[in-house]
Amino acid sequence: METLDARQLLCPLPVIRVQDRVKTMQPGETLEVTCTDPGTRHDIPAWCRIHGHRIINCWDENTEIVFRLEVGA
Amino acid sequence: MQEKPKAVALISGGLDSMLAAKIMQQQGVHVEGINFYTGFCVEGHTHAIRKKDKAKPKRNNALWVAEQLGIKLHIIDIIEEYKRIVINPQHGYGANLNPCLDCKIFMVGKAKEWVAENGFDFIITGEVIGQRPMSQRKDTMPVIARESGADDRLLRPLCARNLPPTLPEREGWVDRDRLYGFSGRSRKPQIAMAKKLGIEDYAQPAGGCCFLTDQSYSRKLADLWQARGERDYELDDIMLLKIGRHIRPRPNFKMIVAREEGESRFLQGYKKSFVHMLPVSHRGPLVLIDGDPGEQDLLLAARLAARYCQGRDAEQVEISIVRDKNQEQVSVAPFPAHEIPEEWLI
Ligand code: SF4
Repeated sequence: METLDARQLLCPLPVIRVQDRVKTMQPGETLEVTCTDPGTRHDIPAWCRIHGHRIINCWDENTEIVFRLEVGA
Repeated sequence: MQEKPKAVALISGGLDSMLAAKIMQQQGVHVEGINFYTGFCVEGHTHAIRKKDKAKPKRNNALWVAEQLGIKLHIIDIIEEYKRIVINPQHGYGANLNPCLDCKIFMVGKAKEWVAENGFDFIITGEVIGQRPMSQRKDTMPVIARESGADDRLLRPLCARNLPPTLPEREGWVDRDRLYGFSGRSRKPQIAMAKKLGIEDYAQPAGGCCFLTDQSYSRKLADLWQARGERDYELDDIMLLKIGRHIRPRPNFKMIVAREEGESRFLQGYKKSFVHMLPVSHRGPLVLIDGDPGEQDLLLAARLAARYCQGRDAEQVEISIVRDKNQEQVSVAPFPAHEIPEEWLI
């Protein structure tokens, strides 16, 4: 599993970082992204839906929001 | 030509680019979206910061539009490259520090590179002749096509019938008769078209796509350049211009005063890089000091900070000042509100 630190970044930068990382990954691989901007709760799942990636799980850790996603085909 | 022509649409998140993309989809064109992040965009984060905006949806409009259209959206970070456009626009500024014409040329030029890299055929935008005073005029439309290098691979479906046929039209990839001839400032044709297409929910940005069209924002940016003696900026600078009350009592420093809790929380993230102050005897906002203040300057700033806290009518307010990890506490008389010169407020 790959990890990505998108803390302190404001939308849409976390989405851009996810997009750029996913480009380097293979279908079926997983990526765990840590964010602090509440806007990511909406934007990262929306970006995943548009591009055919799947959010496996999303949870809060104190002030952080963590997404685990699976890269689609 | 392959089975289906491919177009990339510049998606701003507003109605016009959404309609332009939809018209192409209706003509059987494969459309994907591209959206540029300059750092000045009026998007997600600005809604996320201020508490009063909490009720508004925090969606990113460009992503939302893409989802409605069922197209992919590629968001591109152009923060660094965009600096030269803002700092030194060849075609000048609009009413504020908005370099709209250079901006459009740059974005269409980036889209052209993207088209070449990704095997697409042409570019579409939601531009309408006469809609915007600077970039969307009959005489500037060809300038964008020419200087971006996109030439006749740039199609504007909403006003194409008022312009010479482009390559996609001449090649028959799209049917010119099913394109439109909108012109002028009126939004009525777009609103009517949206209704016809069943599009009911769309963003209607008042000024434009970015903070550079905003008078107060532009004033703050101009002040920043003047105070630093050079026209340059970092992403943090332009983010902070979106937040708080900016007060410059002396040329060598300015204060950024949070206006409410959400802004205070946001400014907390910048505390480490700035001299900052906070009232301790009363409730009040976090204040960042940008610049190079001396001792007397800090006392003046503390008096101003006291004016914006709940102790504004008290005789003395205790203010904590943190500088280079050293913390000191001062007791000051709040600065009387009516004595703050207007020119201090940026
Ligand atoms: S409003 Fe801003 S983003 Fe839109 S064209 Fe003008 S400078 Fe560019």
